[in-house]
Amino acid sequence: MGAQESCPWCGSEVFAGEAFCEACGRSLAEAPAVGDGRFPAGASSPERGAAPAGACAGCGSTVFSEDGYCERCGLLRPGDRDHVETEAGAAAGVTDRGLRHSRNEDAMALAAVTGGVAAVVCDGVSSSPLPQAASRTAADTGLAALAERLEAGDDPEKATRAALGRAVEAVTALAGSPNDAPACTYVSAYAGPSGVTVGWVGDSRAYWLAGQASRRLTTDDSWAAEMVAHGVLTEAEARVHPNAHAIVAWLGADAGEIEPHVTTFVPEGPGTLLLCSDGLWNYYPEAAALTAVLPDADPLTAARHLVRLALEAGGRDNITVVVIPLTQEHAA
Amino acid sequence: MTEQPEFSIRIDQNKYLPQGGQEVHAIVTVESTGAPVGVATGTGASAAEVIIIDTSGSMDYPRNKMTSAVKAAQAAVDTLRDGVNFAVVSGSSRAKMVYPQAEELVPANAQTRAEAKAALSRLKATGGTAMGAWLTLAGRLFAGHPDGIRHAILLTDGKNQHESPEQLDAAIAQVVGRFVCDCRGVGTDWEVAELRKVASALLGSLDMVASPEALEADFRAMTEAAMGKAVADVALRVWTPQFAKLRFVKQVLPTVEDLTGRRTDVDERSGDYPLGAWGSESRDYHICVEVPAGEVGREMRAAWVKLMLGDQVVASGNVLAEWTDDEAQSTRINPKVAHYTGQAELAENIQVGLQARKDGDLDTATARLGRAVALAHQSGNEAIASLLGKVVDVDDPATGRVRLKKDVDKADEMSLDTRSTKTVRTRRGEG
Repeated sequence: MGAQESCPWCGSEVFAGEAFCEACGRSLAEAPAVGDGRFPAGASSPERGAAPAGACAGCGSTVFSEDGYCERCGLLRPGDRDHVETEAGAAAGVTDRGLRHSRNEDAMALAAVTGGVAAVVCDGVSSSPLPQAASRTAADTGLAALAERLEAGDDPEKATRAALGRAVEAVTALAGSPNDAPACTYVSAYAGPSGVTVGWVGDSRAYWLAGQASRRLTTDDSWAAEMVAHGVLTEAEARVHPNAHAIVAWLGADAGEIEPHVTTFVPEGPGTLLLCSDGLWNYYPEAAALTAVLPDADPLTAARHLVRLALEAGGRDNITVVVIPLTQEHAA
Repeated sequence: MTEQPEFSIRIDQNKYLPQGGQEVHAIVTVESTGAPVGVATGTGASAAEVIIIDTSGSMDYPRNKMTSAVKAAQAAVDTLRDGVNFAVVSGSSRAKMVYPQAEELVPANAQTRAEAKAALSRLKATGGTAMGAWLTLAGRLFAGHPDGIRHAILLTDGKNQHESPEQLDAAIAQVVGRFVCDCRGVGTDWEVAELRKVASALLGSLDMVASPEALEADFRAMTEAAMGKAVADVALRVWTPQFAKLRFVKQVLPTVEDLTGRRTDVDERSGDYPLGAWGSESRDYHICVEVPAGEVGREMRAAWVKLMLGDQVVASGNVLAEWTDDEAQSTRINPKVAHYTGQAELAENIQVGLQARKDGDLDTATARLGRAVALAHQSGNEAIASLLGKVVDVDDPATGRVRLKKDVDKADEMSLDTRSTKTVRTRRGEG
């Protein structure tokens, strides 16, 4: 029964009363805007995830060729790294492709370790080959080494340096030649009974968010930071300069001598340790601003909220946020 | 078993589109490498060759046209390798077998080559010109040899006067895909557009042989090239996504040839474009696809090109589209795309310009040929620039300021028209 009609999206035969097209999977309640030459589905609107899991964001088809393009509408399959949420111990992290990049080249890794939690955030250098491989390798290698060294009883700073060293080796090994060297940034944190230890190379950041005591824990290895440090530009000027995103240190076979930064501090009271890539801090560079928008919620909700704010602000870059709440017992 | 050449596909494009951008351009370079099999070993793909010589009455005026054509055909026969199935056909108002007498192909060997050459030397020029009938006979001859390389050479000196254009079109349509046909015009009484239609439909080359004496070398070269082909019936399969429109598929090197209308649908989203026979060579194709605009940050496959040998995919490549709000990326034009867009425009300007000149529309002729001069100059197409120089006086090649020459040799004009579609590669450092 049911009068035969056709799907407004793909023209396949559908029956009255059906909500979705059997052929292309799209809603029959809406109709494509005619003649505007656009993909009918909101392929990457902030409301992503409307298409069923594993389906093409453009047409809803689930058939992809080996190299990842939809067999029907040609759109590149949403990467399995487009939006990832992870929880470990008391910490949670969210990474997202953003709205302007075709891939998520950020990577994060977090784990509960002896007496606390450890996390790594890496941002692939877009101008390098396979930045997504660099960030993935660095985050996974760095976290595994950090956990291993901490379990082995190394003090946190020593473990942090050792882990960074291993991540450097792993990313360097990805390169076919120095001219063909995948590269990424790196920031790690370990929050344990004796405080917080942060290690980094590049411009991914760590913040301590705790009311009036909020502050940035890292300094960027960036052209902009150097200009500010030398008094050539103000922070605001540097931020809008075309070179603002140029980094001067990174992990990769072409990086030369790498001098990792490591710092430890003991919180004065409870607060939130935040690791993030520039996809977030581009919009919220100041610790005070981040503190103001950090919701009073569980870490996953808080991380999601910060990612959403970055998307709403434009989502120009990949966004990664790791939230580690610290209670009174971590404090001095 | 035939050894196949190695095929590769390379895509040159700027995949970045601005927000709302829909037009994707790419140059597809198809290259085959590896020794053309068979020439030395005799184990190559089976090959069939038909040589068609115009024997209309006009071939006797001047007399050296006929004698040169005979010599040329004899040279072609000499170039056939042993075992190639061949025949020689004479064309006037009808088509007749020159060799063998029966309507069939015979394998080349010392004896059949000698017999064919003897038969050629007895040819007389008489009667009219009906190329459709010649092609029809060639089609029947190739019918018994559907596999392998099938190549014909057609030589004429005149207009197709003893058939209507419709008859010629119908004959062409009957034999399309049955064999590849290189066409040659000798003298200045033939019609460039007419012979181009034949060569183009049958995936062959077109050239003008101004002096009859040059025919022999040309025939030998054509036959050698045909003997160097290793595979017949190569096709370019182009997949385009749903809601996309394939605007055009053009061969742009070695000549401009629009293949858009030659499509055979394979399925809902794919179609095949015939590329003819291949030896060791490289050809470039320009593909343009109109896709639905995607959101900034998204990437799609705008076309998936595959080189087909029968049902076998021997090479493939992706034409991509990615939307960006970075104007520096989206406004960059790929140098190869720019170059071949210019070469296609060059061919069109020459053809339109020469037609306007014939029609007495001197303003259009001056403007179009001037533009052609500028394009030839910019792209380094010296061959065309020099041919243009015989039709116009060039005041400034950079801007294309030209004056039409008062007296133009008919042969120069026809030569320019015939060769207008010959392109050059991008200059070093550009592609």
